[in-house]
Amino acid sequence: MNGAQDLGGAHGFGPVLRESDEPVFHHRWEQRAFAVTLALGMLGRWNLDMSRYSRENRHPVDYLSSTYYELWLKGVERLAIDHGLISGQELKSGRGLSPPDPGIAPPDAARARELLRSTAGAKMNVAVAARFAAGDRVRVKNLHPATHTRMPRYCRGKAGVVAIDHGVYVFPDTHALGLGPKPQHCYSVRFTAIELWGEARRDTVHVDLWDDYLERA
Amino acid sequence: MTHDHRHDHDYDEEMGFRVGALERVLVEKGLVDPAALEELIETYEHRVGPRNGAQVVAKAWTDPDFLARLRRDATAAIATLGFAGRQAEHMIALENTPKVHNMVVCTLCSCYPWAVLGLPPVWYKSAPYRSRAVSDPRGVLKEFGVELADDVEVKVWDSTAELRYLVIPQRPAGTEGWDAERLAGIVTRDAMIGVAQLRLEQGK
Repeated sequence: MNGAQDLGGAHGFGPVLRESDEPVFHHRWEQRAFAVTLALGMLGRWNLDMSRYSRENRHPVDYLSSTYYELWLKGVERLAIDHGLISGQELKSGRGLSPPDPGIAPPDAARARELLRSTAGAKMNVAVAARFAAGDRVRVKNLHPATHTRMPRYCRGKAGVVAIDHGVYVFPDTHALGLGPKPQHCYSVRFTAIELWGEARRDTVHVDLWDDYLERA
Repeated sequence: MTHDHRHDHDYDEEMGFRVGALERVLVEKGLVDPAALEELIETYEHRVGPRNGAQVVAKAWTDPDFLARLRRDATAAIATLGFAGRQAEHMIALENTPKVHNMVVCTLCSCYPWAVLGLPPVWYKSAPYRSRAVSDPRGVLKEFGVELADDVEVKVWDSTAELRYLVIPQRPAGTEGWDAERLAGIVTRDAMIGVAQLRLEQGK
């Protein structure tokens, strides 16, 4: 979606502000929002792409004026309701109004620790032919999906060179909508500063992009 | 995202009530185990952090066999040091050289290699960094105190997929003969994101 989360190349946000001796969490509520998001995710009712979509899929003013963990909290509230784990009424009252689903067994501390160590990621062990190879010139298609995508606007329509074929990965655009992983190759595509920004620097930006986003240049 | 860390008591109190309400509903309905929540917080607050990545870098500097494995399959090489899992399932190591400076960003959200660097700092997740790292990397680097010659290529890596990038900074002069443990002590988080260079006179 052409939303506020797609920040690459935007202007007006000012300098990067750093904090010395920054704590991992600044407030207790941030810890809780983080932990609740991870713990609920471990129930397996939704995937990581759905989580990202739940955070970004909102009014740009809401996105830009929310703090980081506020977006996590808003995202997980929405996921929990949309997937039927809790009701809006329960969230409003802060009480569980209906009994728990006996089919749900949340991970205990030991299981949570195990799940954090899991190396099962988005790479898929399936044979899918690669449409491109390292060294190929490609162009990012002029696509404007209104739903979740991992193609940043700043590279849309731009030509680059495939630097690395990462192998076969889950495709986030369909995965975020519950339409399956649509396994396909994901590549690191190298773009020059002149192509992206019209600037004759020798610098490059590498973007990870899937087959469905690319065409031969 | 414009002001990621607000010093606003009312705001934090309101957010505390809001997350508290959600947590209470979830616990009452048996959807989360409070002990699991504590485990998750404890892990990222105290157990996982940039000291992990610093060990990877120090080993890459001192062990040519490890460096070769890191280049071939960074995920597997890093796992031999005991670092693996969430948000580091597919790792790539980016080696800085006198002519190439690598720098990592996630313009679309906040992707970051948790298992080797812990959770990202606020600035990494903030709109200024995410917007400018790709279009004005040298300007951003300058704010971090890094000025690069024109003939150095800045390679920015936008973490748009599930690959997670760890920058292997250049080993600073004056560290000849140091062992891996001592070297790990001078490797900073910012250098492994690619917004700092390591120098001994930085007081380390």
